[in-house]
Amino acid sequence: MPPTDSPTRPRRVALFVTCLVDLFRPSVGFAAIKLLEDAGCTVEVPPLQICCGQPAYNSGDRHSARAIAAQVIESFEGYEAVVAPSGSCGGMLAHHYPRLFDDDPPMKARAEALAARSHELTSFLVDVLHIEKVAARFHAIATYHDSCSGLRELGVKNQPRQLLRSVEGLTLREMKMPEVCCGFGVTFCVKYPEISNVMVGEKSEDVAQSGADTLLAGDLGCLMNMAGKLLREGRPVRIRHVAEVLAGMSDQAAIGEPETIRLGRGRS
Amino acid sequence: MQSTAHAFRQNVGAALADPNLQDSLGKLKLGFSERRRQAAERLPEFEALRDRARDIKDHVLANLDYYLEEFERKVTANGGHVHWAPTAEDARRIISDLCRSVGARTVAKSKSMVAEEIALNEHLELIGIVPVETDLGEYIIQLRHEPPSHIIAPAVHLTKDQVADTFHQHHAPLGFAKRLTERNALVAEAREVLRQKFLDADVGLTGANFLVAETGSSILVTNEGNADLSNTLPKMHIVLASIEKVIPTLEDAAVLLRVLARSATGQESSSYTTLNTGPRRAEDLDGPQQYHVVLLDNGRSSVLGTKMQDMLRCIRCGACMNHCPVYGAIGGHAYGWVYPGPIGAVLTPQLIGVEEAGDLPNASTFCGRCESVCPVRIPLPSLMRHWREREFERHLTPRTVRQGLAIWTFFARRPRLYRFVTGVANRTLAWLGGAEGRYRTLPFAGGWTRFRDFPAPESGGTFHAQWSRHGGGRTRP
Repeated sequence: MPPTDSPTRPRRVALFVTCLVDLFRPSVGFAAIKLLEDAGCTVEVPPLQICCGQPAYNSGDRHSARAIAAQVIESFEGYEAVVAPSGSCGGMLAHHYPRLFDDDPPMKARAEALAARSHELTSFLVDVLHIEKVAARFHAIATYHDSCSGLRELGVKNQPRQLLRSVEGLTLREMKMPEVCCGFGVTFCVKYPEISNVMVGEKSEDVAQSGADTLLAGDLGCLMNMAGKLLREGRPVRIRHVAEVLAGMSDQAAIGEPETIRLGRGRS
Repeated sequence: MQSTAHAFRQNVGAALADPNLQDSLGKLKLGFSERRRQAAERLPEFEALRDRARDIKDHVLANLDYYLEEFERKVTANGGHVHWAPTAEDARRIISDLCRSVGARTVAKSKSMVAEEIALNEHLELIGIVPVETDLGEYIIQLRHEPPSHIIAPAVHLTKDQVADTFHQHHAPLGFAKRLTERNALVAEAREVLRQKFLDADVGLTGANFLVAETGSSILVTNEGNADLSNTLPKMHIVLASIEKVIPTLEDAAVLLRVLARSATGQESSSYTTLNTGPRRAEDLDGPQQYHVVLLDNGRSSVLGTKMQDMLRCIRCGACMNHCPVYGAIGGHAYGWVYPGPIGAVLTPQLIGVEEAGDLPNASTFCGRCESVCPVRIPLPSLMRHWREREFERHLTPRTVRQGLAIWTFFARRPRLYRFVTGVANRTLAWLGGAEGRYRTLPFAGGWTRFRDFPAPESGGTFHAQWSRHGGGRTRP
């Protein structure tokens, strides 16, 4: 669905893959690339990228967070836009990087320049590229979990839903409390596992109550946490990153499913 | 109040194993947040009012000395007295001296979190004065010898059945033989018992939601009217408040009151809003003969002018805890001191030390729901992160966390080495988990796999390995 030409539309886009997508679910990265290319962008993947620095930043290790941020800022200069299939990492770039360099004006200026060009994937597609629909088919009753950073730092709420509504065969069914945290919190889930377990247990119950057969979200960390709980509890729900569905690349196994069975192909 | 914040993890274990608490928390989570949402929706200018409320408090904090002195001048002109208490100990001494000066045997107290902060009840009991809590929730927990678990709903952790048992145990000797179970009947019984205590009290002690510099008034909101009896019936009224409660004018109070009630309970305003402006005047029909305001600092002035100053904007509505999923899981007592929830995680390390309360600012996912509902827009996650940074600097962060971070950062800054190591790890994990798609146990990840499965990585190598293998091709191999 190529969009109409516009002189202000960013063309040369850098993908911030995120460490979790790199390690656990590369297909999300390829789905993001397909969505961006379908929208008329040229996508590049700067090789010197690993992590946005959130584990250090949120653990109070400001020094390491700055070092990692400086590396990301360096690697992502010169692109018209930087897009991440994650509200959490996107929020780190777009919201928190400038704060890391309050005492270093030249670096702060570079951080602000990057921040202004950084976006979460679905909000980039909808808010910046003005994409209204995608050409994808996925037969499922899906519920969407709003990941915290995307929702509250970047205002990601309607963008993924708008695009999902254009997916052929997909019905969206909201859970009662889609905006309540799933209990992942990067290191929180292993630092305070008992509290995290209560939170993800409630999320799992909410997902099950919705009657959806598929759980979607825009952040792999939350997805792995929720998938882990849903699987452990034996809930009949399949879990995917929203980009896979929007890109029509949902023929591989869902998160946590054996690849040989390929349940994720849908029931069309 | 004796802190157990250092034992946060044990407190959490106890909280999660308490079925009554979990039952109560289940109701709290939906009720408060839904009522606040509706109240905010009904007031189109609610977001603009939040901005004004924030600006009013920021202005006060930038000129705190001026407004406090102005407040003192007005109180004195009205015939009252202001007492300055740099520490909790000073406040306790001032209050006990005041009580002794009128030969007080009983003090009727309206709800005051600052009184909890300075452990006033324990102190009064020690010197032979009986403090009587007159707020229903405070009264219940006083009978049970428990601290409050919420700043506006102190007994929110209890079920109705627990309250029925407590009343039956304590009221039976006073002639109330029947164990009541119906909500209104329980309230009526408490009211009857408390009425006599109001009449017996020599001193009434209240907190304050706001202190108005322009008039020297203290403003108090309640839903039970108990404060009005505490401050009119006894001969001496003592207001105990912390220094950041001062605001410039009554007009500012109007703004803050509008966001306070809506944020707290979803009410447009609390049932009772009372202004006290000095002792009884010659022409007044009632009121106390003496009016004293005790202003407590207790470490607050040391954050003025620092990045942490924003915490002093707090107007104690409780919205942050009502919306916090961590508070919703563990309740207020687990935090181990007076102020629970997100604001407690920020205030407690300041007031009693980060060594004692280091877990509190760490026990958050930074979901940001607290900040999104705070009526004065306190950046609570940023302030919690600030404490984590102080802990990290001072090597208070656990060794395992520090080591893990050091390893991660080492690799995150060496892309080529990282790609090699993660490539091997990814293939190993995929191979191990491939048949099932997930792991039920995993070495070094017990915190995760105790409660959840761990999804296996996709086969085919990491994203970056695939990307470079196919020279930037856009589809999956």
